[in-house]
Amino acid sequence: MNEHHTTPSAATRELISFRVGEQEYCVDIMAVREIRGWSPATTLPQSPSYMRGVINLRGAVLPIMDLACRIGMPTTEPSVRSVFIVVQAGDRTVGLLVDAVSDILSITDEMCQPTPDIACENVRHFVRNIISIEGRMISEISLERLLPEREALAA
Amino acid sequence: MDELEAIKVTFFQECEELLADLEGGLLTMQDGNEDSDTVNAVFRAVHSIKGGAGAFGLEPLVRFAHVFETLLDALRSNEIPSSPDLTALLLRASDVLADHVNAARGLGVVDMDASAAMAAELKAVTDPSAAPAVVAALVAPVDDEMGIAFTPLVIGADDGMDDDDMDFGFQPMTISLDAQAEDAAVLDNVWTVSIRPKSDLYRKANETGLLLRELARLGPIQATLDDSALPTLEFLDAEAAYITWSVRVETDQGEEAIREVFEFVDGDCELEITRGESPVADVLASLLDIDAPAPIAEEPAFEPIAPEPVAVAPPGVAPASVSAPPPAAPPVAANAPAAAPSAAKPAQIDVPGPGQSVIRVDPERIDHLIDLVGELVINQAMLAQRVGEYGIAPSSNLAMGLDELEQLTRQIQDSVMAIRAQPVKSVFQRMPRLVREVANMTGKQARLVMDGENTEVDKTVIERLADPITHMLRNAIDHGLESPEERKAAGKNPEGVVRLAALHRSGRIVIEVQDDGKGINRERVLSIAVKKGLISPDITLTDEEIDNLIFLPGFSTADKISDVSGRGVGMDVVKRSVQALGGRISITSRPGLGSTFTLSLPLTLAVLDGMVVDVAGETLVIPLACIVESLRPKAEEIRPLGPTGSVLAVRDSFVPLIDVGLTLNYRSKSPSPTEGVVLLVEGEDGSRAALVADAIHGQRQVVIKSLEQNYQQVEGVAAATILGDGRVALILDVDAVINLRRRSPPLPSDPTLIAAE
Repeated sequence: MNEHHTTPSAATRELISFRVGEQEYCVDIMAVREIRGWSPATTLPQSPSYMRGVINLRGAVLPIMDLACRIGMPTTEPSVRSVFIVVQAGDRTVGLLVDAVSDILSITDEMCQPTPDIACENVRHFVRNIISIEGRMISEISLERLLPEREALAA
Repeated sequence: MDELEAIKVTFFQECEELLADLEGGLLTMQDGNEDSDTVNAVFRAVHSIKGGAGAFGLEPLVRFAHVFETLLDALRSNEIPSSPDLTALLLRASDVLADHVNAARGLGVVDMDASAAMAAELKAVTDPSAAPAVVAALVAPVDDEMGIAFTPLVIGADDGMDDDDMDFGFQPMTISLDAQAEDAAVLDNVWTVSIRPKSDLYRKANETGLLLRELARLGPIQATLDDSALPTLEFLDAEAAYITWSVRVETDQGEEAIREVFEFVDGDCELEITRGESPVADVLASLLDIDAPAPIAEEPAFEPIAPEPVAVAPPGVAPASVSAPPPAAPPVAANAPAAAPSAAKPAQIDVPGPGQSVIRVDPERIDHLIDLVGELVINQAMLAQRVGEYGIAPSSNLAMGLDELEQLTRQIQDSVMAIRAQPVKSVFQRMPRLVREVANMTGKQARLVMDGENTEVDKTVIERLADPITHMLRNAIDHGLESPEERKAAGKNPEGVVRLAALHRSGRIVIEVQDDGKGINRERVLSIAVKKGLISPDITLTDEEIDNLIFLPGFSTADKISDVSGRGVGMDVVKRSVQALGGRISITSRPGLGSTFTLSLPLTLAVLDGMVVDVAGETLVIPLACIVESLRPKAEEIRPLGPTGSVLAVRDSFVPLIDVGLTLNYRSKSPSPTEGVVLLVEGEDGSRAALVADAIHGQRQVVIKSLEQNYQQVEGVAAATILGDGRVALILDVDAVINLRRRSPPLPSDPTLIAAE
């Protein structure tokens, strides 16, 4: 998905950054399909707590994931500024519930740093790397790890 | 070349239909209906396949089809009497032909030995003297599989004839008989064919090269081209025909067979067939006398006439020694490519589709259309809901217009679904072969009777029908039917009957597989189930419950693992795949009289009729097909049972009450069932449950949306849909809900006991 990442060239990438709680995260802009305002989702039973449910995205059933909860932080309380970032993760499309979208960043690979080795398993799992820009610290999300593996229903 | 490929695709599609016709015809014959119409239809099917295959140069297919056709032709002209054995042979030959078609298509390979053996068998019928001992020895390894012995066929084989014949029948099949090519020039079987194509022949995109190749199939040929009538270049009309062929054919087949080669160019060429070797010059002279082409010199033609000899020598035709004089026009290569597309055209001419009004459409386009109509239905419902919210009077123009729109939408949806509906025939027609093969493998005699092949069902369902039906049929023959000896001992016809039927029943398609075998041995089923620990030994089950034990995972009654069934893929797999489609499967059995599998499936997997209900603030859709009745329970009908459970008394039977909200974890404490509505539902296994919901909104047809596409399966939820307000509603998986409930109480109880009413 992110072939620029491995090439050492100084090619710039664009990222969309957003706020989750008091922290800033970002995803590659190429993975983002659209950004939608908050609308109530239909709850899915028997699902992990980070699955907020499903919404109707122009006729397709779109699962909504609470990003904060997925990373292990408290669940997001939806407000007027809450948005879904509709992203493509592998062959699936999923909506990420975040508190607010901040801006679009142009970065080069030199600005990326490996994720510091902190104890939290979730962070190591979901954060691809850390970007330092204008004194801010923004964590890039590893999208393909967000969705749980498709598992067949236990028979 | 793409054009050619496209025509080839059409040809294979038609082949499928022709093979179905062939099999259908043969089955009619098997039932003792041997009128000439049926025999002719069977013949035509094989002939058309051969004709089309010839145009594409599908050598092995053509060769086999030809042998097959020859036999059918003899049958058609009453040269050989028809008999049940012969029909059985023809049926097996049709299987081999189908294999050839598939192989030509690139799907699978043909067992050449079996094919050759079958060809030999077929040939042996038309010409008993042509059954050489060599062939019998050659096919000996596969002999036992073929089932029919060759014994009566090896009478007084004439050596010269043999070799000649085998040369024809087998050489292309690469069975090391090539060396046997004999030049046994018995004058009796030498024919001289003079062909003088008219320009019409070329105009209709026929080609003498193909005719010669076809002739070469009858036996070794020697073709001589006469270009004496060819004018010089300046007088040449590029579109006229000047060339004459004289072909010496060695064949045991009669004049009719030779004429048949020219069937498609009838009238477009002058043909003279004489027995024996006539001096080429004489024939040519006689032909030329008839109508010597006057050189037309209207305009100077720069294009050279298509040089026939170039196209004549396809690499596959071994025995044809074509000796052609050098072509008149030198630039040969320039014209060679032109011959390829023209070769394809005869296929269009001689394989007309059954019914010209049929349009072939890429299924994807229809799927797309169905998706769009699904959106339309949702949009229309949203619009109606919005208008309703604005409090517009139902009698206003706007509301009436919306009503009309709704009706139109529904009609469009129905029509579009009808486009995709297909008769189950496409699945059923594969089954006779399966039955034959399974019967052969298990040493049983089985006859398949099919009913309701024209029952229509949505394409999405059709595709998923084949597997369960295959399984049920295998099971019926392998486990259901007895061996011929056992059947005789039981006073039954040694040939068992398996009935496969399709019918519509209350908005679903029902498939029944019925055998007249021994029925389910309940004692054995029970003891196996106990032995395998599937049920506890001390419970009492009704006969019906015992029958349905065979659907339990890990259950197999086969004494030994056979090739046919019992390879670990049991009926539980069938049941699960059927349930995944929203279907149900059950079995009824009468000892000594046979068993019936009944499979019922929704007519479509695209839309569903459901009851919209409210549960703990969520909107859910319950498939209407599961709902037996809905009622408001009275307090006295609800009886507590055990620490947490309670049952509902419905007309003297007790049904477990299940709070949907609690089961799906929408709420942690269920309200009293008397405050809500109870939907009495029936699971796939026939077990009943009373689902408690808060309110019913009504019945609605909903478009099924997959949850798996972007997420994954969710237990208790079959799929999702989009309601009129644009929100997603979940479709309840009734069986899963019943099962979830069974699992949740801490005390594990036997499911069958709860289900017992």
